[in-house]
Parts: sequence; C-alpha cells; structure tokens
Amino acid sequence: MTMLHWFTSTGGTGFFSATMRLALPVMFAALGGIFNERAGVVNVGMEGMMLFGAFAAYSVGVLTSSVALAIGAALAAGIVLALILGLLTITLPGDQVVAGIALSLMCLGVTSYLNALQGTTGGAPSIGAAAVPGLRSIPVLGPLLFEQSWLGYLAIGIAALTWFVFARSSWGMNVVACGEHPEAAETLGVSVMRTRYATLAISGALSALGGAFLTLVESRSFLDGLTNGRGYVALALLVLGVRTPLGVVLAALLFGAADAGQLRLQVTSPNVPVQFMLMAPYVLTLVALVFVRRSRPPAALGLPYRRQGAQL
Amino acid sequence: MKLSTPAVDPRGSGTIVEGTTVTQRISTWMNAARGVSASSSAFAAVVALLAGAGLVAAAGANPAQAARSLLSGAFGSEFSIANTLVESVPLILVGVGVAVAFRAGIFNIGGEGQLYVGGLAAAAVGLQLGTLPAVAVLPLMGLAGASAGAAWSLIAGVLRVWRGASEVINTIMLNYIGIYLVQYFLHGPLQAPGVTSFGETDALSRAARLPSILAGTGLHAGFILAIVAAVAFHAVLFGSTWGYRVRLIGANPRAALSNGIGVTPTVLWVFACSGALAGLAGFCAVSGVQGRMIDNISPGYGYVAIVVALLGGNLPLGVVVAGIFMASLDTGSITMQSVAGVPSAVGQCIQYLVVILVIARAALNPTLVRRRARKVVAA
Repeated sequence: MTMLHWFTSTGGTGFFSATMRLALPVMFAALGGIFNERAGVVNVGMEGMMLFGAFAAYSVGVLTSSVALAIGAALAAGIVLALILGLLTITLPGDQVVAGIALSLMCLGVTSYLNALQGTTGGAPSIGAAAVPGLRSIPVLGPLLFEQSWLGYLAIGIAALTWFVFARSSWGMNVVACGEHPEAAETLGVSVMRTRYATLAISGALSALGGAFLTLVESRSFLDGLTNGRGYVALALLVLGVRTPLGVVLAALLFGAADAGQLRLQVTSPNVPVQFMLMAPYVLTLVALVFVRRSRPPAALGLPYRRQGAQL
Repeated sequence: MKLSTPAVDPRGSGTIVEGTTVTQRISTWMNAARGVSASSSAFAAVVALLAGAGLVAAAGANPAQAARSLLSGAFGSEFSIANTLVESVPLILVGVGVAVAFRAGIFNIGGEGQLYVGGLAAAAVGLQLGTLPAVAVLPLMGLAGASAGAAWSLIAGVLRVWRGASEVINTIMLNYIGIYLVQYFLHGPLQAPGVTSFGETDALSRAARLPSILAGTGLHAGFILAIVAAVAFHAVLFGSTWGYRVRLIGANPRAALSNGIGVTPTVLWVFACSGALAGLAGFCAVSGVQGRMIDNISPGYGYVAIVVALLGGNLPLGVVVAGIFMASLDTGSITMQSVAGVPSAVGQCIQYLVVILVIARAALNPTLVRRRARKVVAA
C-alpha cells in the first residue's frame, strides 16, 4: 500500500498508538526531570525511582486489587527515594551523579530481593484503554493522542501543566533562578534548598508514576530490572528535549517510535537477529545525543549549593 | 623538606602546583597512599556492619553468630579465602579503571558493557588459538579483552571529546548496546555447536584457562593480574607526569588547558585505560572462572565497581581493599544464610548502607574529585 494509506490502516494506527504507549514511562520521568534539572539538581536515580515505583504499584496492586492504592504507593515510594537523594545531594553536598547511580543500584537490588520474597507473578490490576470516540479517528494524531489509557491523558496534562509552571507562574521562575544562579535567588528570599527538594520530590513521584505505568498498563507483572535503562534514557531525553515540556514530549515520542518500530520489525523481519532490534532504541538515543545542538544546561546544574556562611 | 610541604594540598585531592621535585612527588604519593579518605571509608564500613548486626537481630537471629558465620564464610578457610579473592578480581580491575577515570573527572559507568565486550573478544581469541601453549594464548586473550574494552570505552570518549556529549548517559547506553551485541554473538555466530537455547560459546581449551595459583581452589592467576594492575596504576597516577596530568584535568580543567597540557589525548587515554581494565575483568571471568563466555558472565560487576572505587577513595590501592571487602560481604553472606539462617540480602543491605554512608561522609570531607557542573550531563 502507499505511504499515505499506511498512516490510516490498522497497522499504522496500531503503530502510533504503541508509540505513545511505549513513550509514556520515559515521558513521565523526563517531565519530572525538567523540574529538578531546571532547579540545578541532576537526578540520575530516576531509573531506581521508576523501578521502585513499578514494584510498589505491582505489589500493592496485587495485595489490594486497587489501582488507586497502587498508584498512591508508587508515588509515595518515588517521593521517599527522592528525599533520600536530596539528603545526600542537597543537604549534604554529595556528588549528584554518584549518589544517583548508587540509589539506582540499591533500588535494583532491593526490588529484586522483595520480588523474590513476594513470589507472585502477574495479577496486577490493570488500567484499561479509554479511547476518545471520534477524535481517535484523526489520522496520526488520533491514535497517538486519543487512544490511550487515562494515564496517557494524564501525561499530556502534566506536560501542559509543566509548561504553565515554567512559562507563567512565579514558582516556576524561582525554580529557574535556583538553577541558574542560586546565590542570587537566595538573596531574593527564595529558599534554594526547599525549592530543590520540592522539584526532586516531583521528579521522584513522576518517575515512579512512569514505573507504575509499566506494571499497570504495559505488562501486568513485575520482573527484575523491568525498567531496563529507561530511567537513563529519560536523562538523555532531557538533553534532547532541551529541558522544555514540548521538547521532552517529542523526544519521548521519538524513543517510543523506535521501540514500537523494533517490536514490529521483530515480527515482520524474523531473519534479523532480535538483539539488534532490542538495541535499536538505545542506539537511536545515543546517535540523537551526538547530533543534537548543544543545549545550554542550567548554569548551576550539578553543583552543590551551600548557603553563604553556613558551616556544615 | 618536610613531608607536609605546602606544595601538596593536604586534603589529597591532587591540587598539585607546577614544578614538583622528587621529594615533593614522594610526599604526594605518601599523602595519597595515606588515603585521607580511608577514615571515612572505614567509618562507613564499621557503621554499616553495626547496622547490619541490628538488622540481623531484628530478623530474630543472633548477631554474634551471624558475624562469626560471615567472617568464616569470607575468610574462614583456604577455600573461602579463595572464593572471596576470586570474587574480588573483577571488582578490583573495573574499580581501578573507574577510579582512574574519576581522577580525571570522567564518569565511566560503562564498565559492565566493556567487561562483556572484553570477555567475548578474549573468548573468541582463546577459541581460535586454543591449540597454542598457555604462555602464548593467555597474553593474547588478555590483549584482546583489553583492546575490546578500550575500544568500547573510546566510543564514549570520542563522543565526549568531539561533540562534548556527556559520558554519563553515553556509557550507560553503551552498556545496553554492548550486552545485546554480545548476546547476538552468543546466540549466533559464536554459539557452541549443538546448543540452541543457551547463549554460550564452546569451552576453552586447558591452555586458554588461567591457571590456579592456590592448589585445589578456584583462585586463578587473574588475581595476580588485578593486584599488579592496581599497583601499576597507583604508581602511574601518583608518580608519573601522565598521572599528574590526569589528576590536574580532574581537579582543574582550566588550569590544565592553560598550562598547555594536552587535555584531549590524555582524556582519550583515560577512557582507553578504563575500558581496557574492564575488558581484562571480562577476560578473567571467562578464562579464570567460567571457561567460556556466557550470557550472564557478570552479575553487575561494572556497576558495583563504581561503589568499590568510591569506597576505595579513588585510589587504586584503596580499590583493592574495598574490592576485597565487598567480595567478602558477598561470599560471607552466603554462609551467613546457611549457617545462621539470616537472609543473604542482609549482606547486600550492608553493602548499600556502606555506599550511602561513604557518599554522605565524602560529602562532608571533600577529598574526592569534584566535578565541574557543565561536564556532568551537559551536552
């Protein structure tokens, strides 16, 4: 069939719907990452928070059969982990990358252990699809945007909210100030530490929500290392998307398209070794990072901030 | 000249001023070898062990008995010492690579992928040349493993140098790409004949196996390689001009540039050395332990090595101690589980606690390399 026909065929709509579905976990994490990176803290622990959120959602979901409680558990787990990271990197001037990696490693170990203890597979409550009739028939955009579960719509909403926070709200401007010049922000009465903690908590919550999506929508079971590096991909998306909501959403969709594409290619081209398909999204991320124009990071990103005159 | 000459920053982070004499270099070495951060690592280890004892008590077991079984499992007999030291080999090798990279301000998180790639290369060479005597095959395998690891690491190195891309994300991506690539070979061209469902190569010949250095145990010559590598890199890092350049780049990149030090070639060499060491770890795992390359040759050594490097204060010699410590927790906790009934996860918890405490303590005691913000995740 011709290119144009494919867009509206079942294969095409399935592809676009899958693109969004596969993009959502990293999209959540990256949207959260916008907050803390703009505030000057880099959250390399997103992988661990996503994994723990996935596990928390799964085990609470299996225990209570309630989607709401499962998501609540995930959010709580993400926030707690973010606060731990904040303790190491904001209150104590620890190295953010090292602390983040260590946290991710810990989460991998702890979730694997707890999963072994738990011993169940499958059975998580699921969030069903909630397609919007009518709108879903728009070519390309329809299946992309309007044939998702309600978590998908939530992601779009959060993206819009993020835009609003940074474009129109004064708290958003405070966040940006913390990331660009924390000393100046402090003199204007902005509590840099509290703002950074808040953004980190948002980041943890959203990463965990992305993880919960994996267990409640994608695969209704938890496997060790389920996230498989998506948290790190989210970090790359922040760079690719220039740390703006729209950029991050588009970058996430790119990753989702690569993932959806390789899944389909596995079926249509069984002669190509599956490992090359599986590595495709990561290769794409790597290549995209190489060719992106240098996005200017917040000036104080990665530097621990100490209030002037404070002794630790 | 007093040993505590002000030419050396007593905190040991390596802010060396130019024109060091021999005595100043010796004092540098001694300050470094003293391991200013040794106290913070030891403190972290002790507190974590105490907390572990608390966990054990909470689990209803006897902490003293658990401690005894942990120690005997790790060091109690010739057999257990051998186990611990074997386990420490990849941690030390990759850890030294990570520590050297940290000293240059480079985050090499790619140790896992480099280990896999190195292991595969070593196995491939070993299978091809298995009929040659050991004295010929083993060095060639080691060279192949090191070269493959170095090449894999240089991908991230070149991207950083050429495009300014942060190696934090790139090395992590390359981990996944590298492991999938290795799996392709293990399930495809290099798969052992007759095997269809496992990803593994044919068994290596006797000559291609690292010999045991402690009769009757699995302690293989790779351990000697690890110690030699750690000593060599410690000497180079703190006693040579190149090592000084590396540390200066990590401590103050602008000073390095303005002093005419070739930052780019040095950075690339650091990536290469770091990757080569991880590749050697893969070679040791393949030739010393498994006897072939397999799908899951590494249970995350590349990532744990980052923690080991941190615990060792980014000193190659410190990494040896830290590596043996972490390995002893691994082997000891198995015995602790079978003898004292304490889940081996407590051993892992102790490891995690050590990590957190080291990070926290290091934050209060700035002896580790501090990075410039822009280089972290900027691109």
